[in-house]
Amino acid sequence: MTDEAVVAVGLVKEFGSVKALGGIDLTVKRGQVVGLLGPNGAGKTTVVRILSTLLMPTSGYAKVAGFDVVKNPAEVRREIGLTGQYAAVNEYLTGRENLTMFGALYHLPAKYVREKSAELLESFDLTDAADRPAKTYSGGMRRRLDLASSLIAQPSILFLDEPTTGLDPRSRLGMWDVINGLVADGTTVLLTTQYLEEADQLADEIVVIDHGRVIAQGTAETLKDQIGGDRIEISVIDPTRVNDAVNAIKTVSSGEPVVEGLTISAPVSGGSTVLVSAIRALDVQGVEVGDILLRRPTLDDVFLSLTGHAAEEDAAPSDEPKKRGKGRK
Amino acid sequence: MTASVQTRKRPLLGWNISDGVVVSRFSLVQTLRVPELMFFSLVQPVIFVLLFAYVFGGAIPIAGTGTSAEDAANIYRNYLMPGIFGQTVAFAAAASTVGMAEAMSTGLIDRFRSLPMASGAVLIGRTFADAARQILVLLVLSITGFLVGWRITGGIWNAICAYLLLLLFAYSVTWVGASIGLAMPNVETASTAGLVWLFPLTFLSNAFVPLSSMPSWLQPIAAYNPVSTLVLATRELFGNPTGIQPDYWPLNHPTLYTIGSCALVIAIFATLSIRKYTKTTAK
Repeated sequence: MTDEAVVAVGLVKEFGSVKALGGIDLTVKRGQVVGLLGPNGAGKTTVVRILSTLLMPTSGYAKVAGFDVVKNPAEVRREIGLTGQYAAVNEYLTGRENLTMFGALYHLPAKYVREKSAELLESFDLTDAADRPAKTYSGGMRRRLDLASSLIAQPSILFLDEPTTGLDPRSRLGMWDVINGLVADGTTVLLTTQYLEEADQLADEIVVIDHGRVIAQGTAETLKDQIGGDRIEISVIDPTRVNDAVNAIKTVSSGEPVVEGLTISAPVSGGSTVLVSAIRALDVQGVEVGDILLRRPTLDDVFLSLTGHAAEEDAAPSDEPKKRGKGRK
Repeated sequence: MTASVQTRKRPLLGWNISDGVVVSRFSLVQTLRVPELMFFSLVQPVIFVLLFAYVFGGAIPIAGTGTSAEDAANIYRNYLMPGIFGQTVAFAAAASTVGMAEAMSTGLIDRFRSLPMASGAVLIGRTFADAARQILVLLVLSITGFLVGWRITGGIWNAICAYLLLLLFAYSVTWVGASIGLAMPNVETASTAGLVWLFPLTFLSNAFVPLSSMPSWLQPIAAYNPVSTLVLATRELFGNPTGIQPDYWPLNHPTLYTIGSCALVIAIFATLSIRKYTKTTAK
């Protein structure tokens, strides 16, 4: 058994004249959780589809569980589980029937499938709904069933493509618990997400991609240091006092403040005590403040600091054009 | 560390068939969960039987038979039923088109393609289930036909052959339907595109009117239409009136021509759609 669960070297994917991936290198060690972080259209789904043998790369190569995804797709498929952005279950079938069907198609023995289905339904809190059509499930339940479907053959490597997109916060937390549980059992996971928070929660290592290229890589901590940790954000009431406010903020911030209209934001370190110092500094200057808050860095901050552009606008020409709109905090 | 699970041994008929049976089985379970869909797919052909039997019944004379007006109407109903059977099984293709488009839009295709299952199995299974649903449709149609005066007079063995021929035809058109479904960008387009070609296919045939009533330039087109030979073959097998056929090779060998066309259509469209399927990702 090789040490690397996933190795991708120079992956390029072109759709006609559109370059979705411009040469991605990626390594996931066995038992590791790697988060692929990027905005819509960055190429995350394309990477997952190539690694799960659904798409052929234009150039470059990838090995999953030691098998080449182009030359030995059948061997790769035996080792992986895939959960896409959609809940890819048959909604007319019950939860149990879905698991039975996928189990049979993994060529697993019927007795094993029966026992494993019951176990998965139980651990994903779906036992009560097991014999109802998936149509009647909530969004969170469908996602859990979808994940359970990809686990029926106990894959050693799991691809999760935006596993929580479109879920309400409570379902999202539930999903995180489930994924953390899998990781504790030693499953290797490559997950894509648009949420820094999610990558932070789940991944040992984060790979940030934009326009089909890797733009940063490291642990959540490293990346956050790069971005500058928390940010303080204030809005000034009197437009003529913005400069005074910037000067006040400079005394507490760990980096250069950014001004947008009446709003000033700056990276800070030191948690909530910074708020107190900031209010004091503003008070000394006699600046009246409409709003003041301390927030965790968002994906936008990552992108702003790494690429100089915000994550949402002018995302690369997308291979996922029909994706439903997604809100971002 | 997760342990990998022992998989089943390769079945005697190969994974394509074995996995196809699994897909087929759950596709049929799905049918049972949406009885409304099944119900309405039965209503349309039944309405056709009633409309044609009573509206056109007396107006379309079948050459070489009948004398009185009442006789003519009764003969037309016996002539009509195999036509309705043929048209109905041809329309089985539309359901396959929508079914494939739906599977792509929900991402089910991605899941299936990421499984270590046989690459043809999803299509083999779905088309088989789509054709198998026609068994119930044919049963309901036959009962309706019986009520309006249609009779099987060609013997039980021939009748079974007629039904099998209809199911073979249904199976071949579901492959065409699935191919169209795979090429469509969404379910809405698929539900329209799945139907348009079926109207000329079934009406440019002897399903409802004798070929001799068509303009002479249209006759050869209709004569080589497999729907015509299917309908003619089933008329002969059921012992129903056939009318007088213009002299074209397919019409002289309707069963052979029908089986041959079905085999050719399956070979072409199974190859096309399986190839397309292995490159398709969810839309």
